[in-house]
Amino acid sequence: MEDPTLKPDVRPITPEDLAARKKRNLWLGLALAGFVILVMITTIVRLATGTGISGRM
Amino acid sequence: MTELTATTPAKRPATAADYVNLMKPRIMMLVVFTAVAGLAAASGITGVTMHPAMAAIAVLAVALGSGAAGAINMWYDADIDAIMSRTATRPIPSGAVPKEEALTMGLIMSGVSVMLMWLASNWLAAALLAMSIAYYGWFYTMVLKRRTAQNIVIGGAAGAFPPVIGWAAVTGNTPLDAWILFAIIFFWTPPHFWALSLLAHKEYAKVSVPMLPVTHGTKATRLQIILYTVVLVAVSLAPLATGLGGWIYGAVATLLGLVFLAFSVALLRSKAGDDGAPGADMKLARNTFLFSILYLFALFGAVLVEHAAGLHFPVIGA
Repeated sequence: MEDPTLKPDVRPITPEDLAARKKRNLWLGLALAGFVILVMITTIVRLATGTGISGRM
Repeated sequence: MTELTATTPAKRPATAADYVNLMKPRIMMLVVFTAVAGLAAASGITGVTMHPAMAAIAVLAVALGSGAAGAINMWYDADIDAIMSRTATRPIPSGAVPKEEALTMGLIMSGVSVMLMWLASNWLAAALLAMSIAYYGWFYTMVLKRRTAQNIVIGGAAGAFPPVIGWAAVTGNTPLDAWILFAIIFFWTPPHFWALSLLAHKEYAKVSVPMLPVTHGTKATRLQIILYTVVLVAVSLAPLATGLGGWIYGAVATLLGLVFLAFSVALLRSKAGDDGAPGADMKLARNTFLFSILYLFALFGAVLVEHAAGLHFPVIGA
């Protein structure tokens, strides 16, 4: 017998759902890009100042 | 144990504001402010400076860590949040954000924040940040909150870490001064939160969360508020003895400490939180709660002003 709790959610996707998903994906993309930029900045600063490089403070 | 019942909320598309609210932005503001104060004090006292970009990233890491812990807390507490009217409109119980999404967001942000802190400063600050996230997200939320009336006292340590993290980010160690800043927030949390719980203890009783007014009554809570305020005011003067706080800090801590004590005495004499308490008494509890926020901002604001603006004139050892 089929388990009713395993039935997939068949609610149709509304335009509002799609718009919200698009916006969410955009923010996720921006957050990811932001993270990459921040890592890049810390790397540049560490290389420029020598902080954290063996033998230098 | 009370049976927890809440209706399943109707799903609605989440907005950016829902994800921001998931991170508890008001707590985040206080966390960031105290971390910045710790960072400034460390530089002012030791003379060690941090690259401005690295300092900004370290502060961002603290903010992300605070948001991560908030999201994990909301994930775990979604069942009781749905029942309490104060929290029923939060992103998960309102049906905007799925529970699993909040947990995922919290865990990813935890990892990102700790990694950023390590890259921007050092392993000690990163470890302290990781510990504070775990302390709030796991120890307070999952272990203490629903088990003991001391949840706020012990759990308060989670919110006390930010100035220590800020200090460690600059110097790579945590001297006595950093722990004094920790102690100020630690002893501030109980009177701050219990003033609020005098207003909302029936809500906590409804979901069987053993907040002090629920387990020991409102009178005992009002007494505990004044006892903790006395200790807090004493601890708040410790920076004057070590040289961390100067004349500005001393004036702010003394003056606002006396006002906080006056609020606590008035609260003790009131019937705030009792059944049928006069409106004025409930207003007093609310004002004590609001004043406590101003108190902490002013205290750490004084530390910040003294050390970041070069206005630090020590009371002792000048």
